[in-house]
Amino acid sequence: MIEVDVGKQLGAFSVAVRFASDGKVTALFGPSGSGKTSVVNMIAGLITPDRGRILCNGKVLFDAGGTNVPPHRRRIGYVFQDGRLFPHLDVRGNLDYGRRMGRLAPDPGEWERVVDLLDLRTLVERRPGTLSGGERQRVAIGRALLMRPQLLLLDEPLASLDAARKAEIMPYLERLRDETGVPMIYVSHHGGELRRIATTVVRIDGGRVAAVGGHELLTVADADALG
Amino acid sequence: MLDLSPDEWTAIRLSLRIASVATLAALPFGLAVAWLLARKSFWGKALLDGLVHLPLVLPPVVTGYLLLISFGRQGPIGKFLADTTGLVFSFRWTGAALACGVMGFPLLVRAIRLSIEAIDRKLEDAAATLGANAFKIFLTVTLPLALPGVIAGVVLCFAKALGEFGATITFVANIPGETQTLSAAIYTFTQVPGGDAAALRLVAAAIVLSLAALVVSEWFAQRAGTRLHGG
Repeated sequence: MIEVDVGKQLGAFSVAVRFASDGKVTALFGPSGSGKTSVVNMIAGLITPDRGRILCNGKVLFDAGGTNVPPHRRRIGYVFQDGRLFPHLDVRGNLDYGRRMGRLAPDPGEWERVVDLLDLRTLVERRPGTLSGGERQRVAIGRALLMRPQLLLLDEPLASLDAARKAEIMPYLERLRDETGVPMIYVSHHGGELRRIATTVVRIDGGRVAAVGGHELLTVADADALG
Repeated sequence: MLDLSPDEWTAIRLSLRIASVATLAALPFGLAVAWLLARKSFWGKALLDGLVHLPLVLPPVVTGYLLLISFGRQGPIGKFLADTTGLVFSFRWTGAALACGVMGFPLLVRAIRLSIEAIDRKLEDAAATLGANAFKIFLTVTLPLALPGVIAGVVLCFAKALGEFGATITFVANIPGETQTLSAAIYTFTQVPGGDAAALRLVAAAIVLSLAALVVSEWFAQRAGTRLHGG
């Protein structure tokens, strides 16, 4: 269960959103520049809201009254649009990074599960610089999963990929939804993509929540959908 | 040509020791200051930046004199350190190392700062979401990615320390076997009749040392580059 009620002034643009969701995959859906990424950055703790509260599974992550859990203590996995793999570590080093930083004991069973889920076995010894865009995003998803997050944020994880690569990653995201118990917030301006993955839809426009509901919200402003 | 006398060898060894100690002692401070200047905004940042760069623009003699009146036996810092830790700088090789470290510091900080500023902050954000606190982010992401710049800074600082003359001779004088570095020894030989041959030998030694430092740093930088970008 994620509960967000925040406001933030970003230059001339203001974000003020309020929503709560206990869906498996909550989509933040809206046009580019509508403030979706700012919202997930506030959930992750990378941007501090001016006002409001953020709760995850009943725990307060942020409260303008005084609480602000730093990002490294939030246990929220984040898959960025641009992957952001560490170029100086190989894939194994990237996958193990969250576990090492969180001082979690090695869990070979979980490691195997994630590596199989995302088909990473042939990639583990390689450097991020030698991976294709799709492979990089799969590693980024694996890296976020292996830190044992209580919530997974995916910010336009397919946006930097061409249509063929998108089609390659989509089945992994569906498996992620169906086989792991980790709730996800999935940011996209792409209705077709969300129709396959989302369970709850929060439509955002101009920094405000326009509507909360199901797939019926994806039909509007859906001209760019490719599926 | 390089048939050096024991005294000349002493000057070379001393120079190497002073430059190495100066660089190694300056490195942790250099890393901390470079990180602060590259990544943090705080009150007095411009002042810190100016202070760090001061030895680069001040006449070395002025820096040496300032060190003498603050770190000398009667100087406030020198007296305090001598009383509490027994560490004495004045007219000792440790003072020469301090002078060389201060003179090399701006070069060290500048190179490291530029390489930290070139690192994508988004990688540091990613590390934070993965559970790394600020110190761990620095150790596991910032420092490894800045390594080529750190190496460049270390080499510049070492080279500066190896050749430092003005601040050193002002602060700790020119005592053979204690504070007489390569540069000071060359200067001394040029001041005595018949010292030309010895001066030339030390000049040759200085050229060899400087070239060796360059070659070693180039090798380290290439290795670091391969580690970052290679397959």
